[in-house]
Amino acid sequence: MKTGALIDLLVADLEPSRLRFRARLRLELACGGILAALILLMAIRLRPDLGAQLASPRLWFKFAATLTLSAASLGLVLRLATPGANAKPWLGALFLAPLILGLGVLAEALATPASSWAGRLVGHYAPYCVTLIPLLSAAPLACLLHALRQGAPADGGLAGAVAGLLAGGVSATLYALHCTDDSPFFVAAWYSLAIAIVTLVGYMGGRRWLRW
Amino acid sequence: MGLARVEAEWEALMRQATAGDAAAYRRLLASLTPALRALVRRNCVRIGLDSGEAEDVVQETLLAIHLKRDTWEPERPIGPWIMTIARNKLVDARRRRGKAVIAPIDDFADLLTAGGADDDTDRLDLDRMIARLGDRDQSLVRALAIEGRSVRETAAALNMSEGAVRVALHRAIKRLAAFLRGGSS
Repeated sequence: MKTGALIDLLVADLEPSRLRFRARLRLELACGGILAALILLMAIRLRPDLGAQLASPRLWFKFAATLTLSAASLGLVLRLATPGANAKPWLGALFLAPLILGLGVLAEALATPASSWAGRLVGHYAPYCVTLIPLLSAAPLACLLHALRQGAPADGGLAGAVAGLLAGGVSATLYALHCTDDSPFFVAAWYSLAIAIVTLVGYMGGRRWLRW
Repeated sequence: MGLARVEAEWEALMRQATAGDAAAYRRLLASLTPALRALVRRNCVRIGLDSGEAEDVVQETLLAIHLKRDTWEPERPIGPWIMTIARNKLVDARRRRGKAVIAPIDDFADLLTAGGADDDTDRLDLDRMIARLGDRDQSLVRALAIEGRSVRETAAALNMSEGAVRVALHRAIKRLAAFLRGGSS
């Protein structure tokens, strides 16, 4: 086929404006996040003392870490999937969440006696944390990968991994409403492990489904 | 004509195309293709691909520009967007030929220095892929592209509704792009 004929074909396939890719990804993320929130409310439930804990800096530390991760990975994944966009500043922003995590761990180490550290690290419900966060992330991750198929990432595995970070960040934020293990030690160990699992799943999904 | 002016014109045409203006879309693709061809040819030689393959890469890039046009943000420059898509398709082509890392691709400013003359040969890559489509989709693609018929004429000739032709065409284009990148869907 000559290139001119191909152009005829493409012009015949022109459809008037649909949803732009970035708007679509945000919309699908919102859908996945709402679904995960409903699962949390109905099947996992909020922590009973949530109201009393709203004044606790430890709870806000958890949200600060997971929301920073979510915001940075959203910015990054949008740019990774947009040809010609500059992803570098967002790659840098991705390191804010580990930085916050590190500061939280440092503050906890200064504020608590060393004899209590092991107990704070192990917590009470680590196995739940490492299974429920990945389970909660299923809907947001599926929605993100679906939206990313409309995008054009140069490296599907990388885009999928960042989508995994984002889905992990969103579901960790939700899980923090349920989880009663509030020590930054616990968050640094178990939340990170849970999010790493989601990231790996995202990487594998991206390699498989995000070629274009 | 300077780069900025050409880019601004392409951006305006793409915005009109997004609103559904087929004539603007045709002008955009027609104006884009020679520049794309020049860029791809130059880089094919540099990265060790046969220059005869350049037109296949041009066609793949046009398909990708078409299928991924929603990733262009109307307020952003269109040049780097086109360049990155072309680079990805060059990388794909080179990988398919079993060659490893790609040399950096010329920057976009070079794109306008030399227009590529039309390559008037039929490209076998795309023809082979069209042959893999189902019978109905093959006749549909041939009617629209090679015989130059309109969607309405094609619908009448194939005894389909215009809507069905559009749906089938879109699916066929997506499958062609998947075949070209070596997928099997």
